[in-house]
Amino acid sequence: MAVQGYESIQRNPKYIELVKTRSSFGWTLAAIMLAIYFGFILLIAYAPKFLGTPIGTGVMTIGIPIGLAVIVSAFVLVGIYVLRANATYDGLIRDIVEESR
Amino acid sequence: MIRLNTIVPAAALAVLPAAAFAAGDLSGGTQQATNWHAIFMFLAFVLLTLGITYWAAKRTKSAAQFYSAGGGITGFQNGIAIAGDYMSAASFLGISGLVYLSGYDGLIYSVGFLVGWPIVTFLIAEPLRNLGKYTFADVASFRLGQTPIRILAACGSLVTVAFYLIAQMVGAGKLIQILFGLDYWIAVVIVGALMIIYVTFGGMLATTWVQIIKAVLLLFGASFMALAVLWHFGFSLEAMFAKAVEVHPKHLAIMQPGSLVTNPISAISLGVALIFGTAGLPHILMRFFTVSDAKAARKSVFYATGFIGYFYILTFIIGFGAITLVSTNPMFLDEAIVAAKGPIAAIKGGSNMAAIHLADAVGGDLFLGFISAVAFATILAVVSGLALAGASAISHDLYATVVKGGRANEKDEMRVSKIATICLGLLAIVLGIIFEKQNVAFMVGLAFCIAASCNFPVLLLSMFWRGLTTRGALIGGFLGLFAAVIMVVLSPAVWEVTFGNPKGTAPFPYENPALFSMSLAFVAIWLISLLDNSKRAQLDRAGFDAQFVRCQTGIGATGASAH
Repeated sequence: MAVQGYESIQRNPKYIELVKTRSSFGWTLAAIMLAIYFGFILLIAYAPKFLGTPIGTGVMTIGIPIGLAVIVSAFVLVGIYVLRANATYDGLIRDIVEESR
Repeated sequence: MIRLNTIVPAAALAVLPAAAFAAGDLSGGTQQATNWHAIFMFLAFVLLTLGITYWAAKRTKSAAQFYSAGGGITGFQNGIAIAGDYMSAASFLGISGLVYLSGYDGLIYSVGFLVGWPIVTFLIAEPLRNLGKYTFADVASFRLGQTPIRILAACGSLVTVAFYLIAQMVGAGKLIQILFGLDYWIAVVIVGALMIIYVTFGGMLATTWVQIIKAVLLLFGASFMALAVLWHFGFSLEAMFAKAVEVHPKHLAIMQPGSLVTNPISAISLGVALIFGTAGLPHILMRFFTVSDAKAARKSVFYATGFIGYFYILTFIIGFGAITLVSTNPMFLDEAIVAAKGPIAAIKGGSNMAAIHLADAVGGDLFLGFISAVAFATILAVVSGLALAGASAISHDLYATVVKGGRANEKDEMRVSKIATICLGLLAIVLGIIFEKQNVAFMVGLAFCIAASCNFPVLLLSMFWRGLTTRGALIGGFLGLFAAVIMVVLSPAVWEVTFGNPKGTAPFPYENPALFSMSLAFVAIWLISLLDNSKRAQLDRAGFDAQFVRCQTGIGATGASAH
């Protein structure tokens, strides 16, 4: 079922703002995640020795924190998105829905 | 003391995509002595979940409740369930085994599995919840020709589910044979029968709770093992790594990337399959309809990403723990092989057993039984989700929309879905037995690849690209599906390993073709849609604005139904 009166919603400045900010934010974060991941893969493919550089005097290599950082970055990026969506988008959506009644 | 004097067959690794299968010994498995601790704990799990199914069955009267638990699952619960779908027995045993074998390389796999989730959060989760009702085909066909797109989406779903299911069934049979000492066919029949019971009686509600319970047990067990390992080294990672480097025959090489990723194109193609395949797996997408609204859908991926990331960090520690505590203990090693190939290769049962032996090493017999039971439960929970996704494609997409033209009555639709579940369950048992001796290692990789090349492009473009037309989606989607299957058949994993052709003769050189098949699908969909001037195409484009308003705001979206 499509939305009744969607034309007027499309003209609502809040809707225009929501679409613009949310889309660009989502695609930007997605691009960052892909860049981090494929950057990591290229590092593995072309510079495995760099990842094998020891940190300090022990056996720990720089590759371990980098790998773990990629895992943590995925969670952090999702967290950033959720925080912003909760703080901004949900309010905008609520207003748009109210105003469309 | 329970001895695991067996070799993990290649198929037990089947639950892990692509090259990860390189790990482990490929010889056939033999049965071991019956493991009573494990069987007792598994029976407790089965009783509990059957109780839940009984409770769920009383609440599962309508189609909405059967397919989506009436939208009554909370974001947090759904997050755990999604994580559960992803933390399969293979992620657990396969990745920790890979870390055990080659150290750092195991981490590369975990990362690939995880990064699909942020993409799902940013682009898929909320629009999907706003537009769909029970299956992702609801979304893909929202403004397009119902019949052709439903058929396409149902094919994409069923083929994905079928390959995934066969791999899980064969892996389950082999694993249970080793862990519990049951015959292969008995193990397959138990898994198939329990799956049919959970899904036909309890629908999505029971499937979700089985998944939640298993995920909690698995997270608890893995946390305990990782903590025990860290405790052993005074909570010093450096001390653990130092000991691992000392005892592992590869020494310092385990602390950096090794031979797993040598060809960048191959690695990128695998990455594409893992990331975009995750965003096209029908049993995962279906979970977003079990929550009340887009906000809860968003929340659930947040929790899921957290749990999955945490779990992969645990498997990394468990793998290193196994290097230090399992490969140094003669109890877990095969003496004949130690002399010839060193302690790492000599692990009883192959590298997949690393986490299982570690459970024994840190927690004794009882904990070993617990971890074995959790591994069984994990397989059961994952196949139930798959069966439900397959049954929904048959009843909701094919029967209700294509056959009945959207005018099926709810009772008939539910009856069809239950019959479909039973048929899928029986088919899974039969295929599981037929494929026992086959090498099915390529099947999960293929499932991810099809999901990335057929389901994902059609879904993404239907939500975000005004220009998509029915003809473009239909031809491009099927092209992606066939390209994925053909390229996998021509790849080394099938051409050389399964068909037994000589090494180096595979016409397609890469292990996973997703980079090529997915690009092909996108280009074909784009080009054909662009050139499409049919009446239908005009309708398709005209429907975009109204769809996009609902996609963004959720106005008109199906809410949670009252119980």
